[in-house]
Amino acid sequence: MFSKIMEVNEELNEAYLKENKECCIALVGNPNVGKSTVFNALTGMHQHTGNWPGKTVSLASGNYVHNQMLHKMIDLPGTYSLWAHSSEEEVTRDYICFESMDVCVVVCDCTCLQRNLNLVLQTLEISNHVVVCANLLDEAEKKHIEIDTRKLQEELGVEVVLMSARSQIGLNELKEAILRCREKQSDDYRIPVTYAPQIETALAHICDCIQTSKGNPRFLALKLLEQDDRFYQSVEDPQAVKKVVDEQREKLKRANLLEHLEDHIVSALGMRAKQIADTCITYHNQSYYEKDRKIDAVVTHKVWGILLMIALLSIIFWITISGANVPSAMLSELFSIGKEHLNIFFLQAGMNETVRSILMDGVYQTLTWVVSVMLPPMAIFFPMFTILEDFGYLPRIAFNLDGFFQKCKACGKQALTMSMGFGCNAVGVSGCRIIDSPRERLIAILTNNFVPCNGRFPTLIAIITMFFSGMLVAPYNGIVSALLLTAVILLGVLLTFWVSRLLSMTILKGMPSSFTLELPPYRKPQFGKVIVRSIFDRTLFVLGRAVSVAIPAGVLIWVMANVTLDDATLLQIIADFLDPFAKLFGMDGVILFAFILGFPANEIVVPIMIMAYLSSSTLLEMNDLTALKQLFVDHGWTWVTAICTMLFSLIHFPCATTLLTIKKETGSYRWTALAFLIPTMIGLIVCFIVSHVLAPFV
Amino acid sequence: MTLSEAKLHEQIVVMYLENEGSIRRRLMDLGILPDTVMEPVLASPSGHMRSYFVKGTMIALREQESDCIYVKKRG
Repeated sequence: MFSKIMEVNEELNEAYLKENKECCIALVGNPNVGKSTVFNALTGMHQHTGNWPGKTVSLASGNYVHNQMLHKMIDLPGTYSLWAHSSEEEVTRDYICFESMDVCVVVCDCTCLQRNLNLVLQTLEISNHVVVCANLLDEAEKKHIEIDTRKLQEELGVEVVLMSARSQIGLNELKEAILRCREKQSDDYRIPVTYAPQIETALAHICDCIQTSKGNPRFLALKLLEQDDRFYQSVEDPQAVKKVVDEQREKLKRANLLEHLEDHIVSALGMRAKQIADTCITYHNQSYYEKDRKIDAVVTHKVWGILLMIALLSIIFWITISGANVPSAMLSELFSIGKEHLNIFFLQAGMNETVRSILMDGVYQTLTWVVSVMLPPMAIFFPMFTILEDFGYLPRIAFNLDGFFQKCKACGKQALTMSMGFGCNAVGVSGCRIIDSPRERLIAILTNNFVPCNGRFPTLIAIITMFFSGMLVAPYNGIVSALLLTAVILLGVLLTFWVSRLLSMTILKGMPSSFTLELPPYRKPQFGKVIVRSIFDRTLFVLGRAVSVAIPAGVLIWVMANVTLDDATLLQIIADFLDPFAKLFGMDGVILFAFILGFPANEIVVPIMIMAYLSSSTLLEMNDLTALKQLFVDHGWTWVTAICTMLFSLIHFPCATTLLTIKKETGSYRWTALAFLIPTMIGLIVCFIVSHVLAPFV
Repeated sequence: MTLSEAKLHEQIVVMYLENEGSIRRRLMDLGILPDTVMEPVLASPSGHMRSYFVKGTMIALREQESDCIYVKKRG
């Protein structure tokens, strides 16, 4: 590994020393054709990939060295077209039109090349330095789709590289093709599509008067004809050009072509794509999609579809909970042995007692709880979730749930951002960019927090196990825990619908906007890669964040539990102060305070509660949950407290990271404040009602 | 008839689109153009969204969109 890094480093230096040449490459393509996979395969980076359109919402860039030249690569968001209508398309279009790049690689899906050719043709209209990368060759072969590369190259006039980025096939060929494409010096632009004669005449007239050093005159003429006035910046003497453009528009108007100019252009592109596809692609097996249809008939079934979804969720939770039990117990055992040894070591080393206590009773205690309770479930949950994502199940969830979202006048793609919230709400919020309508995007952002993220699962699981399923024997305890957790999640989903609807009826009034949802073909998940990547990229990332918050939180909570004022610890004073208020909602001062301190990361809520209770108790063994439950019960917990705490954990303010993301995405303090207030208020109301209704039954 | 009225698993040909605004362009970019062959393949549990097979891909549309796409039976 290390020698490999050195090698690459050396290559890099050499490249710089030699000529200081570099090559800028942009990756474009339809959504879900494997752009990120191609990007990762070339750069060796680990951008998260998944089988659903809209995975890449922001730009990623990376480098690789080939033939002693540094190649800078940028992964643009997937787009169906370069005629910007959504914010993602705009990013991609502007990049291709206005940024200087040497080569543009258009990634296509071999299994639906015809649709993809549309984008290829549009790119060819702008740039002459294009390489077509026909990805997912392995799938096309499985579906018996044959592509005649030679003919395709002839038709398009640029190099076409067949590849299968997942299995690293065709990588070198692509690198070579990029290199050749960069060196191509020609300035003569090809005409990939010819339009109706009248439009062509108009284009020719405009081209004649365009003097430009920036880009393809024909493309500029086309955009100017369509009244995209930003392109006047790119021509010399805009006034003169505008005069010609206006003349030509007038002529087209008389020929009845102006009104539907865009239609004519898109149709011409579509026809050309069909014509190319018809000559270059052979389908040897017309029923290649039968298998997908069979799966779809089951997973989107009227009755079974939604039940299957709930069942899958429960099964994932069941595997997570029962699978995490043993490693969690082992870790916690290990940490408690470690604690003894460290304590002895510090005592022998003559360490200051206060420092030792801060380190061991504060930092170590919080840190080890977070690691032992969070790591095992995450290491099981994330890979399973990623496998479903890789398989292509997420868009089907959106398809199944669309009816509900439609009733709430929200976008069906909100189901996708909601699913992402399971991993991390901040990721879910930035994922909302896939929703085009600003109104519907805001609804999705404001409600994302109603699905519990991974930081909140440990709290929920711990409370469920302690109070509701711990007394049962295996395997029933695991099943009951999973079902209860699923019920909590379903409540979160119902709240998402309900709040979305409420927002649509009040501050975000409006009708549902139009959108299209692509259901990608099912793909066999790459199990090995998924497990490795989801552990390294997601699990360790989330754990790292939790740990970095747990350390200062451990110190803070220790100080508060040990610094006294008038014979009471700071913690007691604050908890006592919050207590009467918290009691109204079925909780106590410590619980509420733990949620407030858990603002930077929800993972530390339970350890804070434990430490706060411990500061007035002597229980030190917290390996098993029975002892822990006793500690909670000693401090006045009942099953109603447990329910209210779980509800408040599900429905309360988003964590700091999520709020920062909301501020970034909405650009408004007002919406950020609402994102804080809405769930908090609802949570308090729900807890108030539940605690008062259930109080007589305790 | 409109696309929403087409029967499941019955191949139809697009005649013209009456959708307006950005969705019109989006549909055309997805290959839903006059003369394109499409086939309704799946209906969502609520029935208000259907998925169509078009040019090797599956595109799901709500009724409000497919109501504006006019089609005829193939053949």
